[in-house]
Amino acid sequence: MRPYVLQGHTRPLNQVVFNAEGDLLVTCGKDSKINLWWADNGVRAGSFDGHNGVVWTVDMTYDSKVLLSAAGDSSARLWSMEDGSELFRFRFNEPARACRFSVGEKLAAVSTDPFMNSVSAIRLFNIAADPADQSAEEILNLTGPRGRITRLHWTDQNRTLLSSSEDGMVRRWDVETGKCLAEKQLHEKQVMDMQMSTDGTHFITASTDRTSKLVDTQTFEVLKEYKSAAPINSAAMSPIFDHVLIGGGQDAAAVTTTAAKAGYFEARFFHKVFQEEFAQARGHFSPINSVAFSPDGTSFVTGAEEGNVRLHHFDADYFQIGDRI
Amino acid sequence: MANVTLTAEEQHMFEGQPRGFPFGDFDLEDVMLPENDDMGIASDTDDDAQEEDVQAESGFANVLVVDNLPAVPPEKYEKLTAILTKIFSGPGRIREGGLFHPQDDSTKMSKGYAFVEYENAEQAKAALAALNGYQLDKAHKFAATLYDECDRIAKVPEEYAEPEDRHYTPGENLLDWLSDKRGRDQFVARYGDETEVCWNDAPKQQEESVYKRSFWTEAFVEWSPSGGVLATVHRQGVALWGGKSFGRLQRVGHPGVQRLLFSPCESYMLTFSEFPDNRGRPHFVAHVWEVRTGKRLRTFDGPHDEYAVGALARPDRGMRWPTFRWSGGVGGAPVFLAHMKKNAISVYEAPEMVMLDKKSVKLENIEDWEWSPNAADNTLVAYQAEQGNLPARVALVHLPGREELRQKNLFSVAGIKMTWHPEGDYLAVQVDKWTKTKKSTTTNFELFSIREKDIPIDMLELPNKSEKILQFAWEPRGSRFALLHGEGTRPSVSIYNMKDTKSSSGARGVVLLHTMTNKQCTSLHWSPSGRFLLLAGLGGGHNGVLEFWDTEEMTLLSAGEHFMAQEVQWDPTGRYVATIVNAAAAMENGFQIWSFSGQALYKTSHDRFFQLLWRPRPPSLLSGEKQREIVKNLRKYSKRYEEEDEALLAQADTEFLAERERQLSEWRQWVESRQAVAEAADAFARAQLGERFRSHEEFVVTEVEVSVVLDVKEEAVKH
Repeated sequence: MRPYVLQGHTRPLNQVVFNAEGDLLVTCGKDSKINLWWADNGVRAGSFDGHNGVVWTVDMTYDSKVLLSAAGDSSARLWSMEDGSELFRFRFNEPARACRFSVGEKLAAVSTDPFMNSVSAIRLFNIAADPADQSAEEILNLTGPRGRITRLHWTDQNRTLLSSSEDGMVRRWDVETGKCLAEKQLHEKQVMDMQMSTDGTHFITASTDRTSKLVDTQTFEVLKEYKSAAPINSAAMSPIFDHVLIGGGQDAAAVTTTAAKAGYFEARFFHKVFQEEFAQARGHFSPINSVAFSPDGTSFVTGAEEGNVRLHHFDADYFQIGDRI
Repeated sequence: MANVTLTAEEQHMFEGQPRGFPFGDFDLEDVMLPENDDMGIASDTDDDAQEEDVQAESGFANVLVVDNLPAVPPEKYEKLTAILTKIFSGPGRIREGGLFHPQDDSTKMSKGYAFVEYENAEQAKAALAALNGYQLDKAHKFAATLYDECDRIAKVPEEYAEPEDRHYTPGENLLDWLSDKRGRDQFVARYGDETEVCWNDAPKQQEESVYKRSFWTEAFVEWSPSGGVLATVHRQGVALWGGKSFGRLQRVGHPGVQRLLFSPCESYMLTFSEFPDNRGRPHFVAHVWEVRTGKRLRTFDGPHDEYAVGALARPDRGMRWPTFRWSGGVGGAPVFLAHMKKNAISVYEAPEMVMLDKKSVKLENIEDWEWSPNAADNTLVAYQAEQGNLPARVALVHLPGREELRQKNLFSVAGIKMTWHPEGDYLAVQVDKWTKTKKSTTTNFELFSIREKDIPIDMLELPNKSEKILQFAWEPRGSRFALLHGEGTRPSVSIYNMKDTKSSSGARGVVLLHTMTNKQCTSLHWSPSGRFLLLAGLGGGHNGVLEFWDTEEMTLLSAGEHFMAQEVQWDPTGRYVATIVNAAAAMENGFQIWSFSGQALYKTSHDRFFQLLWRPRPPSLLSGEKQREIVKNLRKYSKRYEEEDEALLAQADTEFLAERERQLSEWRQWVESRQAVAEAADAFARAQLGERFRSHEEFVVTEVEVSVVLDVKEEAVKH
């Protein structure tokens, strides 16, 4: 399982994501770049250039034609994945952080950070079938919570939105009325990542309070908890096995003060049910900021503070033992 | 609400205040707070009333009743009252009109008692002490009582009621933990706000909680020397706990207690605190307690400099701990508590705690001293510094007889360090001597063999005499010792034997067994049962590297690492050893348990880990002979235990598997219960995506060959 090291970013990675088919990989980072890679061999297929601020998150349409990105330059942009051109730009007065297409891609949600006089907000937009008809009109603006909103998910057949934020809370919003339907303090510190299971029944959170939690989407009940010795920045679930992958590591600011070994920069595999760590993947030399499984579960990718992305394809024996672990 | 418009200046003035509030013109007195809501501001008038209440109690705390006064006719009344006023105002000031000296209405004779009201309760108490039993004349001896007491006395029933028989309820067996069927050991761990006593269940590779309590202590906990009780230290004093349920056995009051010292027999305890007095000088208080009754036997209390002498003096004029040291109480030996003072050691014998033979043990110019750890010996070693023409001296003194067993004179001494063998069999004196130029020092060792006739002394010099000695460690229950010496981060470890095992007689003679150079080691830790030596590189720059050595075979059993480890603690049997990362380190807090041979057994992490202490065991009741016999026939006994262990492991395995099976089925049930939701979501996605939807099964990989014409060039071909 020799990984491909993808060196396309000069600054820390923010997110790594596969497309729905699993043949493409998109990475974005603090160097305001978005890169597109072939997932089977790690060759760069292209980039989306134009943002002039840190790109926090990206999302893709199901057919991998349009890419949505949210960036610190106070814009969210739609890109053509076929030729890399910018299709549309949503402008805000605040940095944009999380973005997500609804199921069916008729809507998109973008979160903006608290900035100057404005509080954090989730903004909903209609996404036109033809980019030429795209309007910047905000159809709904959800506000209320303190702290930045780090991730968004459409749930319950596009009727509700889940948000995770830096106050450690996960909230459910009604997209019709804009009301907060439920909220739960899942973590003591900020929730850095929230990834949905393939069937949408549960999700996994990652927090700097050094835990990662498996949560029931319906009830917000914590089903399982995974503990690490260092802050966790990202967590993903294998689509085929009961495996959980977490990535994190000692805060970048404190790295130089301790020995390299104390950093916990390995990507760690946990058994989803037994909550026990069973494997590690070394290689990064700074905290991992984002992890993702490919949709077919045959590979995983990690992106770290040092700017490297490591794309791992599992060996054949992983699939033999995977079930038994 | 009225619309208030503010000028720009005013707006600036009230910046940050809630809008719409007329800060411009309002009077604090006008503010009406909601009823029954103090807005978090406590009223000071309420408080005053309460305080007064407290002072008053019944209101008569300052009133004294004095009986047994002479009964006098009216003509003498004035005179007697004047005399009484004078007597009563001696110990305190009587309130105005506070003396009530009643007369009988019919006979006009004084009634023979009086009520005296003093200015406050303290004065009344002082007067009680002074006036009770005051002999006025031959016939009249005052009987004074506080008025509040009178009430109580009046309530005493006329008839004597037999007190109920108090049944003796036997306390819990304090040695209960020793009867564990599997012979496990306990330890106490303190982390976060929790204090927890656990079994070390090494075969199952986990700890098993015995008793856990939050906020059990405010400072630290400590086992007694034989593990009978656990002492928890609080702001108000020390509490002692024990038995199976860890109930409270005893508590003693010592505000601000900082340190704790048990006598080896666990019968007595010394508590110690040290604080700067109002002039900023350190001031200490030490109480000696009887553990079983909680009775205070004696209190030692400054002046400080009397105790802080020689090596025990700190630069800030305080004293180094332990200033007081216990000995004895084992094998019929008397229990002594001793401390050093100028030119002498004072020894007190428990439980009376009076100075032995009413005088200190005279030792001119004493610098440092140490009891033999073998409590039955009652022997101490004292180092007397050079003085004028008198050489420095190391002397062994036996108590209570004060006879000097052995002494050694030393010259040009720069410093001395005394290390007793844990059984008191040997004593090592490390002597740093000035070279002739007095610019540097060389080191040698004087080794006393206590158990041999006349206590012979061997001198040992290292090949390099000027090398720095980092640690000297005796092998418990053996005759070997290990030395950590050398400069820099990679010192050497040398192991010596006090008996020459090669010669047939096993005669005495210091033999170098082995030297290991270039070791990443900062401290040496012998197993309590001897033979096994753990070399540990603790603290910064060493990362907790560990080496487990067998000094019998002189082989490295195994090497390990507990990253960031700061402490090493062997269990009392020498079977297991714990390495600890405490809260001094920012991360990795917790402990790891190893077998004596260096096999990592299990690791437990706790945030803010403070303390791990193995529960000590009392000395074995078997005779030395019997113990040797068991060791000899170990195979015979061990078979049974091995079988037990295996059965246990098999059982643990099945338990473990059952638990996993349960977790797995629970998870599957949960997934099942969410099936409908998942299906609905899937159907919705299909409907939304329409023809774009492709499930992974429909996904087909096709190889496409693409040929692109890059360049076309015409060339003439010659035939």
